[in-house]
Amino acid sequence: MYHDQIRNILTSHGRLSKDVTELSNDADLYDAGLTSLITVNLLLAIEDHFDVEFPDELLSRRTFQSIDALAEAVEDLVG
Amino acid sequence: MAESDGQLEKARAAYLAELIEAGHLIPSGVRGLYGRSGTFEGVIEHFERVVTRRGADQNAEVMRFPPILSRRTYEGTDHIETMPQLLGSVHSFTGTEAEHAGMVTSMHAGEDWTGSLTPTEVVMVPAACYPLYPTATGTLPEGGRVVDLRTFVFRHEPSDDPARMQVFRQREYVRLGTPQQAVEHRDEWIRRALEIHRSLGLNVREEVANDPFFGRGGRMMKATQREQDLKYEIVCPITSEEKPTAITSSNCHLDHFGVAFDIRSADGEVAHTSCVGFGLERIALALFRTHGMDPDRWPSEVRSVLEL
Repeated sequence: MYHDQIRNILTSHGRLSKDVTELSNDADLYDAGLTSLITVNLLLAIEDHFDVEFPDELLSRRTFQSIDALAEAVEDLVG
Repeated sequence: MAESDGQLEKARAAYLAELIEAGHLIPSGVRGLYGRSGTFEGVIEHFERVVTRRGADQNAEVMRFPPILSRRTYEGTDHIETMPQLLGSVHSFTGTEAEHAGMVTSMHAGEDWTGSLTPTEVVMVPAACYPLYPTATGTLPEGGRVVDLRTFVFRHEPSDDPARMQVFRQREYVRLGTPQQAVEHRDEWIRRALEIHRSLGLNVREEVANDPFFGRGGRMMKATQREQDLKYEIVCPITSEEKPTAITSSNCHLDHFGVAFDIRSADGEVAHTSCVGFGLERIALALFRTHGMDPDRWPSEVRSVLEL
């Protein structure tokens, strides 16, 4: 349910090498050009947007692997 | 019983006092900024020779850069995004005579006078390998490169821990090449560094580590750096058995500097880089701590390895 909002955040903060609209929900974001520095911007933007704080156990590449993975993490945090 | 912060602080202050008493560190009035004795320098010189011998098979190009870096180069490294709290930026005076008079008056009045300064084209070097990368832009030769570096680096983190200096030397071997070459270099040098330190009687072990990235976003950088096993530190007790100090580290940067400075391996792909960095002051501090303040009385095996 958070996929569209995450897509919007990815478009404005993701600076990916591929067009976000062409990415499927399970596409690998690292393959699409996600770098560690962009991940930081993305993390901060998602935290601000949803007013949540990612706990340390969610700070891993797996959480940022795909739009699906991010949506799942946000869903857990928003509750 | 777990060591408290207070105990740790006391142990650090006590070791600092001991080093000053022995004349090895000469206080400057600023925390983390010291002169060094001839004996202290001698230990570092002899240690570096051990490293040079151990690295002889690398056919490394020796390059020495000053401890000051082009601001433009600095801006290309993303250090300001990830570790701004450690930056040292160099400023100077470029104003008129009237502004000069105002600045001097402010200073003598004990007011802030630094507002009259403007940034120069340089910053302090935060890591010994930074000045190298912009000189490597382009395509690497077949087989890549290994470069031997040493310089003073600056990190703004004032502390009474003698092992946390604001200005200290890093001796590095940097690999520029393919992803496989970069990882092999890091792993090989962790192995060699462990051997070197153990041959000097230091009680070391290796640990997965992370850089001190800044702020909330830094949590993510730290986590992914650890998750990918990019950085290893060799730690040794200096002022605490429980919280040993990193004296050497080996770090794989993946394509970070390759992308930032357009460095390509011979096959045309973006180059990967890695480096081993020996923290020379910390190694000397570990040796003095382990074997005593007088190198003449260090164990003969250690003296023999160091050729003292």
